[in-house]
Order: sequence, then C-alpha cells, then structure tokens
Amino acid sequence: MTILRAEKLSLGYDTTPIVHLLDLETPSGQITALIGPNGCGKSTLLRGLARLLKPKHGAVLLDGRAIHTLPTRQLARVLGLLPQLPTAPEGITVRQLIAQGRYPHQTWFQQWGQEDETALRNALALTSLTDLADRVVDTLSGGQRQRAWIAMSLAQETDILLLDEPTTYLDLAHQLEVLELLVQLNRKGKTIIMVLHDLNHAAHYADHLIVLSDGRVVAQGMAGQVITQEIIRKTFGVESLVMPHPVTGKPLCLPLRRIA
Amino acid sequence: MKATLHIHSITRRSWRVSLKNISRLYLVLGSLLFATFITFVLQLWLGEYPIAPFDVLNTLLSRQVTDKNYHFVVMELRLPRAIVAWMVGMALGASGAIIQGLTRNPLASPDLTGVSAGASAGAVTMFVFFPGAPDVLLPLAAFGGGIFTAWLLYLFAWRNRSTAGSDSPLRLILIGIGLSAVLSAFTSFALTFSEIWNAQRAMIWLTGTVYATGWDDVNALFPWLVVGLPLTLLGARDLNVLNLGDNVAQGLGLPLHTVRAFLLLLAVALAGVTVTVAGIMGFVGLIAPHLARRLVGVMHEKLIPTSALMGGFLLILADLIGRTIRPPTEIPAGIVISIVGVPFFLYLLWKREKA
Ligand SMILES: Nc1ncnc2c1ncn2[C@@H]1O[C@H](COP(=O)(O)OP(=O)(O)OP(=O)(O)O)[C@@H](O)[C@H]1O
Ligand SMILES: [Mg+2]
Repeated sequence: MTILRAEKLSLGYDTTPIVHLLDLETPSGQITALIGPNGCGKSTLLRGLARLLKPKHGAVLLDGRAIHTLPTRQLARVLGLLPQLPTAPEGITVRQLIAQGRYPHQTWFQQWGQEDETALRNALALTSLTDLADRVVDTLSGGQRQRAWIAMSLAQETDILLLDEPTTYLDLAHQLEVLELLVQLNRKGKTIIMVLHDLNHAAHYADHLIVLSDGRVVAQGMAGQVITQEIIRKTFGVESLVMPHPVTGKPLCLPLRRIA
Repeated sequence: MKATLHIHSITRRSWRVSLKNISRLYLVLGSLLFATFITFVLQLWLGEYPIAPFDVLNTLLSRQVTDKNYHFVVMELRLPRAIVAWMVGMALGASGAIIQGLTRNPLASPDLTGVSAGASAGAVTMFVFFPGAPDVLLPLAAFGGGIFTAWLLYLFAWRNRSTAGSDSPLRLILIGIGLSAVLSAFTSFALTFSEIWNAQRAMIWLTGTVYATGWDDVNALFPWLVVGLPLTLLGARDLNVLNLGDNVAQGLGLPLHTVRAFLLLLAVALAGVTVTVAGIMGFVGLIAPHLARRLVGVMHEKLIPTSALMGGFLLILADLIGRTIRPPTEIPAGIVISIVGVPFFLYLLWKREKA
C-alpha cells in the first residue's frame, strides 16, 4: 500500500505563498475529501501533492520518499491527477482522449498493447461512455465531457487518484454516479483524494475529511468530527444546522444564512 | 443474451473503426504521394521549354535523347528544383504541425510566429558580415536566429499565457507578426551592407522561392530532413499529451520542459534550414497542418506525417503554377501560396471570432 503524506509543506506561485507549513496524511486505501472556500488553496495543494508544484518548503512523501526525487513517469504509474476544468484539444474523440491515460505505461518499444486496450475498455465501461467512444469530445455535454476526463484518469490505472472537483457540471444522478464509481474503485484498493464543494457529499462518501482555510488545515478527521456548526461558521462564514442524517447517521449540513 | 450481443457488436464495431482509421491514414499518405508524383512529372515536363514525358524519362534514365539540352534542363534545373520544393514543403509542413501542437494555437506557423524571419536574419547576418564562413554554417546561423526569435516570443507572449487568464492565440500571432516585421527590416538593412552580387542572391532571403536552386541545396537540406523528420514522429505521442494542458500532461508523467524544448528545437531546425535554401516561404506551415487535420484527425502520429507530405505537395504544386502560368515570367512559389494563404488565414480568424 502506498501512503501519500505532506510534511511541513509550503506551496506558492512565484512570490505569493498559498499553502503554509502544512502537515497532512492521506490514509491509504481510503477516500479523502478536501473541502474549503474558493481560493483557499485546495487546487494548489492538490497540484503540490501531484508534484506539479515544487514545494517552497517541506516535502510530499510517497512511501517515505520525496516525490520530487522520483522519476516523473514512474510516479505517474502510481499517482494520477485530474485537474479542475481541463480542456480537451479541438477535434479529439472520447476514445483518443482516454487512450492518453496510458501514456506513462507505454514505451518506445511497446506502443499500444493488449493491456492498454483492456484499460481503455474498462475505463469506457466504468464511466458508461462505451456508446460515445467515437464522438468528438467538443460535441458532448458538460457532464459527458467530465466523465470522459475521469475515464482518462482511470485508464492511467494508478493506486492513488487525485481529483479536483470531479462532480462539477454533473446533474444529481451523474454526481452520484461519479461518487459511487469512486467508492467502487476505492473498494478495489484505489486511494482517492478529491476536492469537493458539497459538504454532504463529502460527509457521505469520504472516510477522511480535511478542511482547508487560507492555506492551512483547520480540521481533519472523520465526518462527525469535522462537519460541525462551529467549523462551518469559521471557514465558510455560514450559519448552519448540522444534524445526523436520518438514514446514514452521518452529519447532514443545512445552511441557514451567511454571516455578514 | 441481449446484453452479450450488444457488447459483441460494440467490440466488433470499434475494431472495424480502428482498422478503418489505420487504412485511412495509409490511403491519405498514398494519395498525397501519388499527387506529388504527378506534380513532379508535370514539373519536369512543362515550362518555357517543354520536354515530353517520354523524353524526360529517357533523360532520367540517361538514355539517348534527341536534344542535348534535355539533360541540362531536366537534370540540372528542373529535377533538383522539384526535389528542393518537395523537401522544403515537407519540412515546413512538419514544423507547422509541431508549432501548432506546441503552442496549442491553430493560427501558429513558422512564418507567422516570426521564427522564419528570425532564421532569415540569422542566416543573412552570417552571409553579410562573415562572407568567408563555410556554407554548412548557414543553417546553423538560421537555427540560431530562429531560436532567438522563439525565445523572444516566449518572453512576450507565451510565458504569460496562464496569468493572462486564457490561451490567447491572437496575442501570440500579433507578437509574431511584429517580430517578423522588425527582423525583416533588420534583414533588409543588413543586405545594404553586402556586395551587389551578394545582395542579388540575398533577395531570396526576403521572398520565398525555389528559383535557381540546385543539387547543392538538395544536399544542404538532406541531412537535416533525414534526421529531423523521423524525430518528429518520436515527439508525436508527447505532443498528444501536451495538448491536454500542462497540468494533465505533467500528471501523466510528461517531462514538460524537456519535451517542449526538444520539440521547439526540432520545429525551428526544420523551418530554419528551409530558409537558407528557399527564404521565408509563408503559409505552407499554416495551411498544411489544417488540411492534414481535416484528413486524418488530431492525433500527432498521423497528423505530422500527413502534414509533411501535404506541405511537400503544396509547395511543389505552387512552384509548378508559378513557373508555368505566364512563362517566361516566374512567380515565386511563396507568392503563389500567399494568394491562397492570406484568405485562408483570414478564414481561420473569422471562424475563431464566430466560435
Ligand atoms: N497559476 C497561478 N498563479 C498565481 N496565483 C495562483 C495561480 N493559481 C492559483 N493562484 C492563487 O492561489 C490561491 C489559491 O487558489 P486555488 O486554485 O488553490 O484555490 P481553490 O481552493 O482550489 O479554489 P476553488 O474552490 O475556487 O477552486 C488563489 O488566491 C489564486 O488566485
Ligand atoms: Mg480549485
């Protein structure tokens, strides 16, 4: 099992610091949700965890080794990232897009093999895109497009998958479809770390929650410890009612009003 | 039962689709080669001094022909010139496809980004100020000038792309056209320092033409193309990934900076060497990738070879037209292509505005 950890991690762009001395452990084999207000540094942190940003301080460790010292292609077979709002090149088809997920697995000698084809098929089937495989991505709806990108990350077949707001653009059913798909993958052993905006989804689907505010961890732990009226007031500036979900027993958050 | 059938038919269909895709690529490449071959024959046949195809063939095979001039006209004038046009077109087609992929900008091409003008300025600098330098250094000087321009372009347009909010294809092109203007002015200026005969020969640097090219030029192009064109295929898969955006590409393990540098050097080298032989041949590098994309789609392992062959075909055709439309006057191939290229560029702009 691979464990992804951040130690005293500071991240930023040029001179602007965004994430400050952050310590973080994402339990392996579990689903971790990152929540927090717009601009608090969730995407920045996710990019840092995926070695897209070089730490200003501290390190991100994969099984105890700093990811910046690992060969990038080797890392890409273990750790995948689906960024927020990716844009597909004009004219690419769903199948071609998903096939790009195989990039870290291919070499000059072995370009496209049976394993790649299987991974592609699985990714198509898991995201219910098989019928749309030969459609051009530009011609899909926002939700179908998002699923195509998720399928690309699935084709990468990594132990750990980082997703930045994978449910944006999706209708209720497709949101649940994506989240259930992630749960299903998680049961097969994939560690999932994702940014979510819907607190109730986070409470329902994640094993571990991390609340970020202004580049710092405000709280982390199980939903019951993290989704509280107090923490929601502090991080989002929203007065809410938190009560146990009548079916699951997990916390259910009903926002009431913004605190001026 | 129904479900199995359904899955079965899907697998069959996707298999057929991929087979169709592959054979489509070969069909396209084959057709382009065939069209190029026909144009080649016409190139040797037609002109101010027409030579019947049969005599052309005999001359090529060094058989006895009725007219002794045939050998000179075919072997020393028309054949090398046709080969040069083809090679220059291929290099520009491949270079354009790479530059468009690299910048994720469908309006980009070696000439519109200023890279060609930079290469020309580099070559002219060497030519005028170091007249004693051996000819093999000329492509290197062109390469240097092209890289210098690419660097300027990066500073002014490319680097700020993400902070500007979104990719701005027009910004890159406007800056490229600006750089072109400045560099061409420099080239003209430098040419005034050269000897008269030098200046005459050097006019080539300012207009794209394959007029009066010979076997020397074929030899000058050959090593660059033999190394460069296969290398473009090596970069094709990386370009596909690069086109998904920097974040996704890095997430997939693409060494972004290395790959970018490699592809840029390659594109500039291919465009640069054409400048030393044929000057700034505009629009081939813009049109060829677009036509190729129509034919084989957006994946670079198909797009680049198609674009190269398309560029080769276009240029040899343009030269044929320029040479035969009003003999003995010759219209430079670069101008023939611009007549089509400028409206095409405007059409691309218009289409983007509409979208
Ligand atoms: N490429 C960049 N260059 C400079 N600053 C950036 C860059 N990307 C993000 N920032 C800044 O970093 C801060 C955190 O941004 P980030 O994208 O991490 O927020 P977020 O928590 O993901 O927000 P959201 O919920 O809106 O996606 C913001 O103030 C943003 O302006
Ligand atoms: Mg974000």
